[in-house]
Amino acid sequence: MSELVIRNLHVNVEGKEILKGLNLTLPQGEVHAIMGPNGTGKSTLAYTLMGHPKYEVTEGEVIFKGQNILELSPEERAHLGIFLAFQYPVAIPGVTLANFLRAAINAKRKAINPDDEGISVAEFRKLLMEKMRLLKMDPSFAGRYLNDGFSGGEKKRAEILQMAMLEPEIAILDETDSGLDIDALRIVSEGVNALRGPDLGVLVITHYQRILRYIKPDKVHIMMDGRIVESGGPELAEHLEEHGYDWLRERIAA
Amino acid sequence: MTAKARQRPRREVRLPFTAEMLPHDEPELLAAYRRAAWETYQRLPMPHRKMEAWRRTDIRGLRGENLRLPRENEFRSLPPVPEALTQPLVDREHGGQILLLPGGHERRMQADLAAQGVIFTDLRTAAAEHPDLLKQVLGKVVPAEDGKFAALAAAFSQNGVFVYVPRGVQVEAPLHSLAWGPGVGLAHIDHIVIWLDEGASLTYVHESASPDEDGQTLHAGLVEILLGNAAHLHFVELQSWGRHVWNFTHERAHLGRDASIEWIFGSLGSRLTKSFTQVRLAEAGSSARVSGFYFADGKQHLDHDTRQDHLAPHTTSDLLYKGALKDYSRSVWRGMIFVSPEAQKTDGYQANRNLMLSDTARADSIPGLEIKANDVRCTHGATIGKVDPEQMFYLRSRGIPAPDAERLIVEGFFDPIMQRIPFEGVRGRFSRAIHEKMG
Repeated sequence: MSELVIRNLHVNVEGKEILKGLNLTLPQGEVHAIMGPNGTGKSTLAYTLMGHPKYEVTEGEVIFKGQNILELSPEERAHLGIFLAFQYPVAIPGVTLANFLRAAINAKRKAINPDDEGISVAEFRKLLMEKMRLLKMDPSFAGRYLNDGFSGGEKKRAEILQMAMLEPEIAILDETDSGLDIDALRIVSEGVNALRGPDLGVLVITHYQRILRYIKPDKVHIMMDGRIVESGGPELAEHLEEHGYDWLRERIAA
Repeated sequence: MTAKARQRPRREVRLPFTAEMLPHDEPELLAAYRRAAWETYQRLPMPHRKMEAWRRTDIRGLRGENLRLPRENEFRSLPPVPEALTQPLVDREHGGQILLLPGGHERRMQADLAAQGVIFTDLRTAAAEHPDLLKQVLGKVVPAEDGKFAALAAAFSQNGVFVYVPRGVQVEAPLHSLAWGPGVGLAHIDHIVIWLDEGASLTYVHESASPDEDGQTLHAGLVEILLGNAAHLHFVELQSWGRHVWNFTHERAHLGRDASIEWIFGSLGSRLTKSFTQVRLAEAGSSARVSGFYFADGKQHLDHDTRQDHLAPHTTSDLLYKGALKDYSRSVWRGMIFVSPEAQKTDGYQANRNLMLSDTARADSIPGLEIKANDVRCTHGATIGKVDPEQMFYLRSRGIPAPDAERLIVEGFFDPIMQRIPFEGVRGRFSRAIHEKMG
């Protein structure tokens, strides 16, 4: 059992400081939510954890399994068990969802064991169909080009499908609820819940409390101006729903 | 100017060909054709960059005066054809195969095809045994006047193929020709003539290849295709010349009423290629689909000139060329859809898509439309793009290392072309080329 430990994280985007000393610990087996107003740096945190080259870390560290993952490439972070469900999944025309997933699974297997010969077609197919059923996805989806022409809901479902296939140990869901109608939100949430377990830590980044009715968090953190300013249990999300962020802003100002 | 001295412009290319080098002892049909082509050759200017078609392709690096034609049977002392290249690409077996070799050729054909009246033989034999058929096509689809290298190939082709499929005959097993051009300082010149009579159908694969060698070698080629009414040809053409080959081709298909052609064009090799690929929709209801795949790396220069001539009503053409460029390579695509005044209800499409894999490669993409009828639908598109860094990050975030991620994106880019190729062997060849070129 390991945990993801973020210490004093400072991140610049195009020369402007967005994260200003963020601290957070996410143990495997728990679900934490990060909530906060727009423009507070939530997506910056998600991209930084995954290693997007646009995000420049100026200070701090992120430790997982004894390594500072900030020193690793995005693919090495993935091999270590980190997963990001994108707020805006990227379309890759000409590459089918199935081919892409197989390449991703094989890359991870090869990283763990250089002699690995890859998952067999039959085994892969069985796994894919099983996970697609879980997310109520039509089997024809596997043959479609990755995120190309997908609706908003289809993209988010495809993200969770990837999560199910790649079996991460730390999953960051960046505004997975945005743009989903209630049915899609329920399906996506059920998918996430089905994957919950002692080996998976989940960080749910969200603007709204809505998704937390379906994915019950163990802890809720509130992020403002590049830092975690308040942490608590699930009741904190409900408090926010009723009272908004103003009470926190006032407290910080004072 | 800086301290670097201005280089003096090189003189134009000189080629060593003379009347004495014309093939001897040929049937009169061929001999007369060559004499006329030789006159045309002498009259036409050597291509240079002030000519519109050659503006972006400078051939002055070709030291033509050092070239010679292969001697009789010279192939026996040159590297042999790799076994892999003689294997069927589009089916489990060939109906027939001709190897065009330096100073010779080899031919195999199934007996039942001959019984159906199918002719599949070398050009000289065809001129001797089937002059009445050959003369109806030879030089009729691609005249020597088309250009210096067209005239050169007409006059000096040492090797050639003549295919004739009689009226109504559907040839099931594909025919295959391979131009194998090893050797340095040689001029390999060939001429392919394909005639499908009314209602006939055929799948034909023509491949050109040679090992990479130091020095320079020339290839000049002609492809003439005549499709009778309602004939159908699936034509696969693969170019994988060695990195030292300067390759010049003129190719045209002439289509009769309701005839159709599926033309797959792969361009992977050569130091420099200048190809003219044209479909002439001469009669009502004819249609052509042309799919081009190219991938240039190193210092390769690939220049593909395409033309879709709509000369009759209700004709359809659909051309898609997709290419990737790496290192210091360069590509040129210049397309033209021409619609004559009588070609009403024409449906024409042309597109060229380029994916740049280095900042030092260059692609030029020049679509063209010339429409003289008023009730037509013609569209075109040309794009030059790079690998999107957000796509790269997305794939890498799933654990796919950067080189593999880039290859997936390139494979995805080419997928629309692959979807147009019904032959697994050809798709496999293109996939392997992507792997090899991306290292």
